[in-house]
Amino acid sequence: MTAKNLENYIRLEFSSLPENVALARVLIASLVAQLDTTLNDLEEIKVAVSEAVSNAIIHGYQNKPDGIVGVEAKIKDGLLEITVNDWGVGIEDIEQAMAPTFSTDPDRMGLGFVFMKSFMDSVHVESEVGKGTKVILQKKISENGSCAQIAN
Amino acid sequence: MVTVKIKNDALIVSISGDLDLVIAREFRDTVDKVLKDKPIKNLILDLSEVNFIDSSGLGAILGRYKLLQQRGGRMSIWGAKPSVFRILDLSGIMKIIPVLKTTEDILRNQKEAK
Repeated sequence: MTAKNLENYIRLEFSSLPENVALARVLIASLVAQLDTTLNDLEEIKVAVSEAVSNAIIHGYQNKPDGIVGVEAKIKDGLLEITVNDWGVGIEDIEQAMAPTFSTDPDRMGLGFVFMKSFMDSVHVESEVGKGTKVILQKKISENGSCAQIAN
Repeated sequence: MVTVKIKNDALIVSISGDLDLVIAREFRDTVDKVLKDKPIKNLILDLSEVNFIDSSGLGAILGRYKLLQQRGGRMSIWGAKPSVFRILDLSGIMKIIPVLKTTEDILRNQKEAK
């Protein structure tokens, strides 16, 4: 068995294009896959990243493609921390934005933050109207970098 | 990728890839165009080639469900892989849209519709 990287760091910036949601998701999944996480953990982290980056594009930049989304991820001391930044419109009422089924778009379910909260151990949002939004997602990784092996 | 075919008055929509923001928009635009042109009331959504779904995908599914409901139609989801099924389950969407796993489910669903 190869040694696992228990400390790691990546940073990526990209245009606020919908196609880049997959890019961010796959990048983070590749980073996390270096640890012996379960498939379930990996799937959950992918959903959480997808939600945070989609929010930055849809809400932060209101679907305009000329914004920049920043994604940072670090693994340290048994903790995975993912930060998704945008420099878009910001959120006026963070509490309301994080409430289940709150959505400004009738074609959306308002589940973005619900999934982030369900799948990560902590979700922290900092935002300033007109300046942008930072979402910090954290998930504990067990001490030896591995979780229980998945049965299926 | 989103492909559609019409069989026995039902619109069968097959999606492959990751049902995120990009494919969700393609799915929405494709289905809405068909529904605008044809009086179809039954939509079967084949997710057997979908590896990933997030709230953008769920939102697009819910939006199409609402459109069908408005015209007295119905929708069912078929073939979801375990990871996708789990997200469908967690979202609560299965309370309103039947998610069929086996051919028995399909037969039961057809029977209930009659």
